[in-house]
Amino acid sequence: MLVYVIRRSMQSMVVLFVMSLLVFVGVYAIGNPIDILINPQADQMDRERAIAALGLDQPLWQQYFVFVKGALTGDLVRSVVHATSALDLILERMPATMELAIAAMLIAVVFGLPLGLWAGLKPDGIAGRSIMAGSILGFSLPTFWVGLMLIMVFSVMLGWLPSNGRGPTTLLFGLIPVSFLSWEGLRHLVMPATNLALFKLALLIRLTRAGTRESLLQNYVKFARAKGLRNSRIIGVHVLRNIMIPIVTVIGLEFGSVIAFATVTESVFAWPGMGKLLIDSINLLDRPVIVSYLLVIVTIFILINLAVDVLYSALDPRVRLTDARG
Amino acid sequence: MSEAILIVAGLRTHFYTRAGVVKAVDDVSFSVERGQVLGLVGESGSGKSMTGHSLMGLIDPPGRIVAGTITLDGRDLPALSAEEQRQLRGNRIAMIFQDPMMTLNPLLRIDVQMIEAILAHDDVSRATARARVREALVKVGIASPDERLTAYPHQFSGGMRQRVAIAIALLNNPDLIVCDQPTTALDVTVQGQILYQMQKLTRETGTALIWITHDLSVIAGLADRVCVMYAGRIVEEGSCEDVLARPMHPYTQGLLDSVPANNERGTRLKQIPGMTPSLLGLPPGCPFRERCAYTTRECEQTPQMRAIGGSGQAVRCFHPLIPLY
Repeated sequence: MLVYVIRRSMQSMVVLFVMSLLVFVGVYAIGNPIDILINPQADQMDRERAIAALGLDQPLWQQYFVFVKGALTGDLVRSVVHATSALDLILERMPATMELAIAAMLIAVVFGLPLGLWAGLKPDGIAGRSIMAGSILGFSLPTFWVGLMLIMVFSVMLGWLPSNGRGPTTLLFGLIPVSFLSWEGLRHLVMPATNLALFKLALLIRLTRAGTRESLLQNYVKFARAKGLRNSRIIGVHVLRNIMIPIVTVIGLEFGSVIAFATVTESVFAWPGMGKLLIDSINLLDRPVIVSYLLVIVTIFILINLAVDVLYSALDPRVRLTDARG
Repeated sequence: MSEAILIVAGLRTHFYTRAGVVKAVDDVSFSVERGQVLGLVGESGSGKSMTGHSLMGLIDPPGRIVAGTITLDGRDLPALSAEEQRQLRGNRIAMIFQDPMMTLNPLLRIDVQMIEAILAHDDVSRATARARVREALVKVGIASPDERLTAYPHQFSGGMRQRVAIAIALLNNPDLIVCDQPTTALDVTVQGQILYQMQKLTRETGTALIWITHDLSVIAGLADRVCVMYAGRIVEEGSCEDVLARPMHPYTQGLLDSVPANNERGTRLKQIPGMTPSLLGLPPGCPFRERCAYTTRECEQTPQMRAIGGSGQAVRCFHPLIPLY
């Protein structure tokens, strides 16, 4: 187990390094932030002073080393635009995105598992067919459009829910600002979370249904029935345990992507999260923020994958983490 | 002898597929007495497994039992409600399946899978159930049961898993166990041990067995009576000695000839020509006539089961191999 975690951490370092290099070079190729930042009326002297202050006069590899050194020593990399630490900027926005992502995944799991199970158990019933038809909609409707429609219906026409922002936040454990602890905050959270959840919900329904149908054909289910077990136990224990393995994997991966790609939903609902920060930073070519953001996302992905692997070994006794495959 | 624990009469199990109706079990009748071992023999697709599944009430759509009665200890199983059937399953009538690698849930510990089989039928405490489980494992010859109970199926060999499955079947002292080719997937030495164990256990407990197999050598050592199935029907029935020593149906003769040990050394192995017919849209008449050496015009009629001699041997053929007495 310990060997496994160490090996995984070393692999992760390589991934982070390659990722940072790629992104740094990629963003460098897009354009020069000075052109956007500096006042067009500024003279050449001002311009060169600004370039030197931001370290943009150095060759690319030197800029990269300054960035990496800063990141490694904790000497924080400064945003070009905001004149504060890039990491601080991101961490400040992170709770909003995390809350949105967790709420979306919760909605997807809480509704997706039972609906998928139902559709898998009764594939030919009216309910089963309707659930499947609905999941196709969830897959194919574009997120931004659904978001706009939600605002149209629930904010504009019915006036039930607020259309943008987080609403008032409350401090969780005295340090993390969250919306869901107050009624007003919850009302702000519902629509963006639902919007973000739809695609994942459709995915989970289909996955659960497929797993259930496959599992029901297995001999261990037949044997469980031959033992005279009640249906609730066969489905709740024998079937569910087996379909949880692929579902946990997908939930893990999807959770990462929900965090990373909440951008669209955050833009539609003006949710003050990391996604919105990323879009703004790209517009301003704020290189350190973009690179730091992507590194944070990669780190989150790595951590989630590690958590999924550990969960795996808890769910499936045949999996042992001492495996050299990593 | 003693009274019949199971009487199957006119059982028909059909599958309603898109291509048509498959008559997997077509008018099957037999009975099993308490403590008796009945061998159900046939090739793949002869309907022997489907007969076993019908007894357990484990036929899934598009299949269903369309006619016939299955009377277990005075109760007609198909007529019972789903809940009543569940209460009998694994309790009065149990089943063991072919592939021990697949029948145990890979994610659950052995003790969980065994204890749940008791708790599904008996209102006893977990500790009592555990004690009974432990006892059952000892009965089927598993050493150090306490250690084994907390293991997972993948830590067991195939033979050990089948022993566990047998122990589960025995847990509630059923009247009847349907054994669907339980030794086919095991190697010969393990097969021998399991057979011996089953024989011993049924003799001790008075449990009747229906042993479904295509392996006549297994039947020879185990069964009291034999039913030979072909294309969803029983074509020959009788005591084990009679059927194996003096087969009357050409198909039974063909099966016996196919056993390698009965062939002459150095000669080509004998086989029944042709293949089992598709059960989809089977034409009337004897289904074996395409492969039979004795076919006449008469075989286009459907033969009926008729008793021959006084020993209870019966055959569904117009041209039984031993002339009528």
